[in-house]
Amino acid sequence: MRAPAASDIAAGEAILSVKNVSLAFGGVKAINDVSFDIKKGEIRAIIGPNGAGKTSMLNVINGFYHPQHGQITFKGRTRQAMRPYEAARGGIARTFQNVALFKGMSALDNIMAGRTLKMRRGFLWQMLRIGPALTEEIAHRRRVEEIIDFLEIQAIRKIQVARLPYGLQKRVELGRALAMEPDLLLLDEPMAGMNLEEKEDMSRFIIDVNDHYGTTIALIEHDMGVVMDLSDRVVVLDHGVKIADGTPDEVKSNQAVIDAYLGVAH
Amino acid sequence: MLYREAGQFKTSYAADMAVFPIRQDRIALWLLLAFVFIGIPLLANFQIWPFGSEYLLRAILVPFLILSLAAIGLNILTGYCGQLSLGSGAFMAIGAYCAYKFGTGVNIPLFGLALSIPPLPVLPSILLGGLMAAIGGILFGIPSLRIKGLYLAVATLAAQFFFDWVFARVQWFTNYTSSGSVNAPQLEFFGLFVNTPIERYMLCLIFVVVFAMLAKNLVRGNLGRQWMAIRDMDIAAELIGIRPLYAKLMAFAISSFIIGVAGALWAFVYLGSWEPLAFSIDRSFQLLFMVIIGGLGSILGSFLGAAFILVLPILLDQVPHALGIPVSVETVSLLVFIVTGALICWLLIVEPHGFARLWATAKEKLRLWPYPY
Repeated sequence: MRAPAASDIAAGEAILSVKNVSLAFGGVKAINDVSFDIKKGEIRAIIGPNGAGKTSMLNVINGFYHPQHGQITFKGRTRQAMRPYEAARGGIARTFQNVALFKGMSALDNIMAGRTLKMRRGFLWQMLRIGPALTEEIAHRRRVEEIIDFLEIQAIRKIQVARLPYGLQKRVELGRALAMEPDLLLLDEPMAGMNLEEKEDMSRFIIDVNDHYGTTIALIEHDMGVVMDLSDRVVVLDHGVKIADGTPDEVKSNQAVIDAYLGVAH
Repeated sequence: MLYREAGQFKTSYAADMAVFPIRQDRIALWLLLAFVFIGIPLLANFQIWPFGSEYLLRAILVPFLILSLAAIGLNILTGYCGQLSLGSGAFMAIGAYCAYKFGTGVNIPLFGLALSIPPLPVLPSILLGGLMAAIGGILFGIPSLRIKGLYLAVATLAAQFFFDWVFARVQWFTNYTSSGSVNAPQLEFFGLFVNTPIERYMLCLIFVVVFAMLAKNLVRGNLGRQWMAIRDMDIAAELIGIRPLYAKLMAFAISSFIIGVAGALWAFVYLGSWEPLAFSIDRSFQLLFMVIIGGLGSILGSFLGAAFILVLPILLDQVPHALGIPVSVETVSLLVFIVTGALICWLLIVEPHGFARLWATAKEKLRLWPYPY
């Protein structure tokens, strides 16, 4: 059966919903009975103190961890566990907290690698690199160049990513995720370790991606200013439990959230 | 100052994706190809030094070309896909013995039902030998889906020992010759006989150039990017939709195919008659050294590595004779080991990424010369 396309889901309806998901590593409960949803076209933030289970949550969503309980419905299909490859195929892309680029490849090749799922020609064609194989390669190169323009990294496209500064690496990684043309983009701390200017750039890119491509975005971020400005809705986790869910303003004034971040007097 | 790309503008992505984007590189490449395809045969024909000597063609250029081909094969697996392999000697042996079997006729007794294939011409035999090596590569590549690095190297070492044993003990592969050594069939391609050293050289050259081109296209295409992605960060590779199963087994298959073809050429064209010892673990190590010293993840590096490992000892061997220093043959052969070993250590300290990186750095410097930056 064909997976329903993202366009079948109207804006404002849930593209992804997580129901009663629990994940434990031995005795450690990383996620405990968490439910929330992400609506198509919104920017959804997942926040919480260190060790709250935010990254684990992303890993569950894109199939890297398999939760013991609960269900995940993505684009109308419900499943408990799937392979990361299937998640990618279904239209989930992500970036990582500590950059996970292909260090030995150029920025251009990294982003081109993101087009893998869209490239159809078999290895015999690629080996000859004539006719349809070359046409395909050029067509995808053109799409990748659009992304490079969008992220303003034209000057570094031929440079090996290991030689790039951290901020640019983060940008290339976003480019690689965008090259997949995902329906849902998961960003794990896209602004960690950046200075103010880089954060402003990155925020601009995130808003533009959401605006131009209509991509639904779920992001984890520690910078509260960024979270409150960017996101439409925020879910707050603490010790693997959901403690709040709502608009930035609602969350900001929630007593449980304030306690989790600032601590409670005993 | 001659080597600049200033003023050479690219107006299409196809031009930008060319293997040699700088015009001077392209000119150099065409000159080199003209020399190896036309120049060397002419020089050999008119007996002009050094190409007039049979020794140079038969004992240096032919093995250099064949081992370069094998090194390209191993570089795809180890350099591009990051899967360490110590079984290249075994895959060369599969290529050689299977090509021999296809060349002399296959006869498999199957419970009274005999499956037999008549002797095939040399070219299909060699390619089928490569195909058999590819199948062997896939089988011994399956462990790579669960294990990495040194552990995988040990698994491929198992392939080496297994096939050493098979070809030494299973006499079906050697057509039950009493000595265990086999002779290559007469080399005939489309009615042309390949006998003299220069003909053998041309045959190997055509194989190497064709396979090097195909390999280069593969590694700069989608499959090559998948391989490098697996090598650099396998988890992220899977999350962008690369199937590790497909990418790794393709690397094993294609790499082993090329190594198998190289093995068949080694046996048919270079050795002529051979024993299992020709494809022992030493061969695997030799190929691995070529790839490491030449440069992992570089097709050019495969050639440079093969030249270094193969040609350097031969040159060193000649130096005392040329200078007229009276040293005994044994001393020279020991000295060759010492000097080669020392040079390898020195090279790996100076440039751990091998000759290919040295070459790239030199080109970078040349572009800016005479300015420092």
